[in-house]
Amino acid sequence: MSVVVLKNVKKSFGSLPVLHGVSFAVAKGEVLALIGASGSGKSTALRCIDRLEIVDSGEIEVCGHMVHDPGLDLRRLRLDVGIVFQSYNLFPHLTIKENVTLAPRSVKKLDRRAADEIAMQSLQKVGLAEKADNYPEQLSGGQQQRAAIARSLAMEPKVMLFDEVTSALDPKLTGEVLKVIEALAASGMTMIMVTHEMGFARRVADQVVFMHEGLVHEAGSADILTNPSTPELREFVSNDL
Amino acid sequence: MTLDFTAILARWQMLLDGLALTVQLAAVTTLTGFLIGTLCAIARRSDVSALRWVASVYIEAIRNTPFLVQIFVVYFGLSSLGFSFSAVTVAIIALTINVGAYTAEIMRAGFDAIHPGQWEAGECLGLSRTQTYWHVALRPAMERVYPSLTSQFILLMLASSVTSQISAEELTAAANFIQSETYRPFETYIVVALIYLALSLAMRVVFWAFGLAVFPRRRRLGTNL
Repeated sequence: MSVVVLKNVKKSFGSLPVLHGVSFAVAKGEVLALIGASGSGKSTALRCIDRLEIVDSGEIEVCGHMVHDPGLDLRRLRLDVGIVFQSYNLFPHLTIKENVTLAPRSVKKLDRRAADEIAMQSLQKVGLAEKADNYPEQLSGGQQQRAAIARSLAMEPKVMLFDEVTSALDPKLTGEVLKVIEALAASGMTMIMVTHEMGFARRVADQVVFMHEGLVHEAGSADILTNPSTPELREFVSNDL
Repeated sequence: MTLDFTAILARWQMLLDGLALTVQLAAVTTLTGFLIGTLCAIARRSDVSALRWVASVYIEAIRNTPFLVQIFVVYFGLSSLGFSFSAVTVAIIALTINVGAYTAEIMRAGFDAIHPGQWEAGECLGLSRTQTYWHVALRPAMERVYPSLTSQFILLMLASSVTSQISAEELTAAANFIQSETYRPFETYIVVALIYLALSLAMRVVFWAFGLAVFPRRRRLGTNL
């Protein structure tokens, strides 16, 4: 059964068309890697899934929520979907633990003890338990990104979206973040990740969707990265040495 | 010229009473003004155009008219509507209305400086707009504009001297009375000026201490946001 389904999704920013009818589906427990050149529309597609952008036409269904429906219960969608951004977006005035407990406490109305417990569990998953009382600016980029992942995990989402989460990190920090995501994939989390890490996509993704000029140009198992059938994808992966 | 402060200092009780009311006016209207100002800043950033419009009219009307005139409008306006409030109540209302408009613009600048990613992160965690303002935006916004807020509320305390015009018996009103009794206006206003100066400095200390309490990150790390 599919957890996320996009059907013929179209989206323009003003007069600039970005998505020309994008369709794909992600089954429960599956990892989908969304790849493509900058400007191909992959981030926009991802943002449409969490309704950070509103589609012009087409359908998006996420965990039973009709995301394209104007009457959507936005907060219930956000309870089921976690998203991690390239720029981390941690709250700078809160400690790491406070960052992680904020939503469980104010959205799920958990008491402090229950929220703290969940926070420490998610921080342990990303290997940051000992940084709980530090502020974001005291952490490296990789640690901040892992903290952002922990913040999302603490809400126990059914789907996690990753929007180029390692693009601002050097190879070492990228590695530590990818390790966390890989462990998450192994634990059965349904995930959609926009990524430029081809090696990682090859290793972890159950499904690879290659976007080109606002359309799904080629899709399939991770094998398409080794044996692309369209010249565009062949060209795209050949740049990845 | 000889300066003689004895007659003025002999009336210390009067100065003290005036000072007490000035402190009360400043304390109360700092809180009410901050509340009104922050709500108006939020209204001015709202998606609802009616809210934006109402907030803008209020803010511009207040920032473009003299405070003394505003006091008289409130004072005579309320009494012609049949309300009979004490001078102190009218002073509090007028000061709140006045400082609220300036605070709104300061806080708006603070909220505008919050990165869009912060709002998005709050939204994606399921926080409502109000919760995002409260938990995510308010303290960083305040922290960024805190020096301006401090200055604005010290100005407010100083501006409370104008309420002597509607016979609120604060520090300046006490001075007016003392100089008319002692015929020592220069000495009187020197003393009162020094009291205002001391009060301004005391307010700076209070704001500094409050800042330490409300911005723990800054207290611990000492860095700017």
